[in-house]
Amino acid sequence: MTAPAIELKGISKSFGPVQANKDISIRVAPGTIHGIIGENGAGKSTLMSILYGFYKADKGEIWINGNRTEIPDSQAAIAAGIGMVFQHFKLVENFTVLENIVLGAEDGGLLMPSLSKARKILKELAAEYELHVDPDKRIDEIGVGMQQRVEILKALYRQADILILDEPTGVLTPPEADQLFRILDRLRAEGKTIILITHKLREIMDATDTVSVMRRGQMTATVKTSETSPEHLAELMVGRKVLLRVDKVPAKPGKPIVEIEQLRVVDEAGVERLKGIDLTLRAGEIMGIAGVAGNGQSELLEVLGGMRSGEGVIRLNGVDLPLQGAGSDARARRAAHVAHVPEDRQSEGLIMGFHAWENVAFGYHHAPEYQKGLLMDNAVLRADTEAKMAKFDVRPPDPWLEAKSFSGGNQQKIVVAREIERNPELLLIGQPTRGVDIGAIEFIHKQIVALRDQGKAILLVSVELEEILSLADRVAVMFDGRIMGERAVDETDEKELGLMMAGVAGEVA
Amino acid sequence: MDFITLIQVLDSTVRLATPLLLACLAGLYSERAGIFDIGLEGKMLMAAFFSAAVASVTGNVWLGLLAGIAASMLLSGLHGLASITFRGNQLISGVAINFLAAGLTVLIAQDWFKQGGRTPSLLTEGRFGPLTFPFADSVRDVPMFGPIYSELLSGHSILVYLAFLAVPATWWILYRTRFGLRLRAVGENPAAVDTAGVSVIGLRFAAVAICGLLCGIAGAYLATALQAGFVKDMTAGRGFIALAALIFAKWRPWQAMGACLLFGLLQAVALRFQNIELGSVTIPVQVMDALPYILTVVILAGFVGKAIPPRSGGEPYVKER
Amino acid sequence: MEKMPKWADVVLIPLISLLLAAGLSALVILAIGEDPTAAVKLMVDGALGSSYGWGYTLYYATNFMFTGLAVAVAAHAGLFNIGGEGQAMLGGLGVALICLFIPWPHWTLALLFATLGAGLFGAAWAAIPAYLQAKRGSHIVITTIMFNFIAAAVLNYVLVNVLKPPSSMDPASARFSDTIHLPTLHELLTPLGIAFSKSAPANVSLLVAIAACLAVWLLIWRTPLGFEIRAFGKSEAGARYAGISPVKITIITMMISGALAGMMAINNVMGEAERLVLNATEGAGFIGIAVALMGRNHPFGVFLAAILFGFLYQGGAELALWTNIPRELIVVIQALVILFTGALDNMVRIPLERIFLALRKESN
Repeated sequence: MTAPAIELKGISKSFGPVQANKDISIRVAPGTIHGIIGENGAGKSTLMSILYGFYKADKGEIWINGNRTEIPDSQAAIAAGIGMVFQHFKLVENFTVLENIVLGAEDGGLLMPSLSKARKILKELAAEYELHVDPDKRIDEIGVGMQQRVEILKALYRQADILILDEPTGVLTPPEADQLFRILDRLRAEGKTIILITHKLREIMDATDTVSVMRRGQMTATVKTSETSPEHLAELMVGRKVLLRVDKVPAKPGKPIVEIEQLRVVDEAGVERLKGIDLTLRAGEIMGIAGVAGNGQSELLEVLGGMRSGEGVIRLNGVDLPLQGAGSDARARRAAHVAHVPEDRQSEGLIMGFHAWENVAFGYHHAPEYQKGLLMDNAVLRADTEAKMAKFDVRPPDPWLEAKSFSGGNQQKIVVAREIERNPELLLIGQPTRGVDIGAIEFIHKQIVALRDQGKAILLVSVELEEILSLADRVAVMFDGRIMGERAVDETDEKELGLMMAGVAGEVA
Repeated sequence: MDFITLIQVLDSTVRLATPLLLACLAGLYSERAGIFDIGLEGKMLMAAFFSAAVASVTGNVWLGLLAGIAASMLLSGLHGLASITFRGNQLISGVAINFLAAGLTVLIAQDWFKQGGRTPSLLTEGRFGPLTFPFADSVRDVPMFGPIYSELLSGHSILVYLAFLAVPATWWILYRTRFGLRLRAVGENPAAVDTAGVSVIGLRFAAVAICGLLCGIAGAYLATALQAGFVKDMTAGRGFIALAALIFAKWRPWQAMGACLLFGLLQAVALRFQNIELGSVTIPVQVMDALPYILTVVILAGFVGKAIPPRSGGEPYVKER
Repeated sequence: MEKMPKWADVVLIPLISLLLAAGLSALVILAIGEDPTAAVKLMVDGALGSSYGWGYTLYYATNFMFTGLAVAVAAHAGLFNIGGEGQAMLGGLGVALICLFIPWPHWTLALLFATLGAGLFGAAWAAIPAYLQAKRGSHIVITTIMFNFIAAAVLNYVLVNVLKPPSSMDPASARFSDTIHLPTLHELLTPLGIAFSKSAPANVSLLVAIAACLAVWLLIWRTPLGFEIRAFGKSEAGARYAGISPVKITIITMMISGALAGMMAINNVMGEAERLVLNATEGAGFIGIAVALMGRNHPFGVFLAAILFGFLYQGGAELALWTNIPRELIVVIQALVILFTGALDNMVRIPLERIFLALRKESN
């Protein structure tokens, strides 16, 4: 038997009081695709960062191709034949593809010889792996799929034999993702070893040979993919049986609450992000918006939430909402009973350095019940926070804790509690379960369904198709600032939606 | 204005632009690498004092230059320690360095020379003398070309020529060498440099060191070439004008030269004419003094093209999980 | 989980930084051949040993409270207002115009309107960089630096060409009328039976400064506007989400900040010089940076730090008078305080966090 391409023995790593990796051992056979799956915060990325020399393990050994290897920095990882494609690309945006590939792997003090050599090698790599890119285009001129190729080429240019990909499909359309997996197959056929980090069960089932499951910093199992099932993996990830579908009764859609007509948004750079959206949200119905990130979903949430201006019509219970100038900001929207759980709770939904009780007032800090004369009534606010924390089971239930001290799930519960408890007519909710543990996901989903059953309208934006299919009643697919089509959830499937997400099928609504 | 006056004003423009240009290029290296530096002023001041002090004591202007560079680089090291090693606020560090230099120079000058915070006036051997070009004297009387060659181009100190040669050199380093590629990359996206296996800290310290070197030359030029000795606060805001020129030039070397020449011209005109009469309107000298700053504000406001700094400028690099 | 207790963050770190700065300053004094302990003794005697010394210490402290608060308020919105110097200069202009051209019947009325005028001029001078940052994305640090230089040119022009009495050679305004002379601490305390030096410049502005500390505390931690300022300072994206207009908050905060810096002029221009002179601010705008950093941007911290710097200023002047140590020693100390409490914060913080972590592990 050949030595494993990678073997980790007893890796442990703590960040201050938090233990991110606990005594992790794993063997990855050469020429295979090895999946690592786990919930957010399970320690996958930390483990791979240790392998790539970003962090130094507190304890443990790394063996590459049967040799004990020290990896104190990325340079050592590259020398050991390891390449990594990060979730957030590490590219210099205003450099060309060629300059990005050469950066750090130049041949000498002068640039020109390195660049021409790289140009030649790039041509060879493109032919060998069907990884075509235009070497003279700047990174900010090419799409994310292309940027990901540049990252892969960067690793191959450095002669990597082991390629680590961290959540590579998060920014890709389903067809782009399929293409990526074909490239990975090809790389495997050429003898490369690939580690695929993901939280998507389907990708693991489709693409990998072997899969390791991580939970709370520990490796709970390593199994052959062919010998397992999604349900089994989910159970290994969470440590108990999980419901992959949300428990809810069929929707009883009522009158239209929100009517959107020909909604357009042009961003700061002058790019048209929404190109005429028509959409109706009904009482007692959850409308899911599916699509690959960056196709206008964020802008749709933001214009509805009063975070940016637009043109067209948004009618709430028959009243037109201003889309520009006075009365179009988020404060006015809140006054009109639009609540908003934003996509990015860490930079938008919460102020990480504020106490929990300040965060409960965040956005509603002008509310009359929180005022006492010219000043804010902090005592009332703290009592209110305690009540909300109890109702939403936020742990620890301490109003004085800063938002950054809560786990992702508890942070999201604070945001959801603040917004839902206002009893809004319309709830906007973006990526409600991103970076949230499964326990909190179930809780949050239940709250959303409960609000629906009170006859409110809900707009759910998520890049997780699974989440939309299980939580929403209807789904609209967005591509390039337009709605490609609208379906009842039980009359469609992932395949049809996936094609619409890529902009290839479906009637324009 | 007659031709000779014009030549004289331009000649003084070149002299006054030199310290601005050196400091501006210094800032360019630092800021291109993602380290904001509002401490150019302090580094120049420190270098001005130490170059004058050492030149005055040893009588050797080259030793003075070295001392000036060493002093400036020491402050650069401090800025690097604060903003790279300890990931502190680069702006605050720059402010501190400016005050440190303003205080220390006078303190030490008073202790060493007891002349109220200045160095003794430098004699000829303690200063950088003019470099006379071949035939400068013989062509002096040729119309047009003569004055341009012998007055404007010839007769500056070696540091002036060095400063202007540093412009193409900087362009070449920035765009034609591995170091330049990495330097520009680390100012745009340090994570890209780090994951490519290149030390972000090493690159940034190198950039900060070059910044110190150039500021050192700029300060030495002030005290040992432009003037004869150090006086309190002699940089007089030049570090900030250089910073303004850098923004004006959008962090590019040739444009930096243009901006510094423009600001040098403003200083030369203000120095020579005081209040300027333009027909019925009189432009007071204070307007000329304030003009570089006003122009910078106008540029920053994006009324004349947008100045976009290097993307990671001012941000300490923290490895992302 | 918090890495270390709050008190360590608020008290211990500034204290250690201050000790480091003091230690280095002592080394500097040693290096120039003077005795640090004697220097400290001289400073304490000179600044705190008599009501005359206190009168100067508190006079300087009044300036620094205003400029320190100015920097602190802006810092809560994540803005670094380095333009306090220029705003204070313009504030001086505002005070001068109000005091010179309106025949006030009594100093109280004059003080009220001078305070408003100083605040208005300072606010206006800060509003332009604020507007440019909010609307045009110009970096406020650079623009406020530029505005300091522009303010100096403006003041120079106004004093030389407009306000200078024709007979005078000095670039300074005429003297203000005696009716609006602000009562000094001597005049305020004598009726209460407390003897206070007659020649020290500390005056009623000190009370205004203390009131300003209180008002800023209420503003930042007790009002919806303060809530918005702090939220914006911590996350601009968050502010937009919460319906807080970044443009509005940037401009309002900077105007408050500029007004505070400008209000310093009631102390140095109206209270002390009683006329507007060139360079009336004497760098107090910049000292505000050190004071705010030292005081952790909290009004009470600013109050204490301002008194500390007042002590240093007066003590430094005494040193320059009696020893070979020039006043610039204070500038060095100020630089070191800014360096340690501002830029090298992590140098103190990281080891301290490790110590607290180790202590906690042990106690678990």
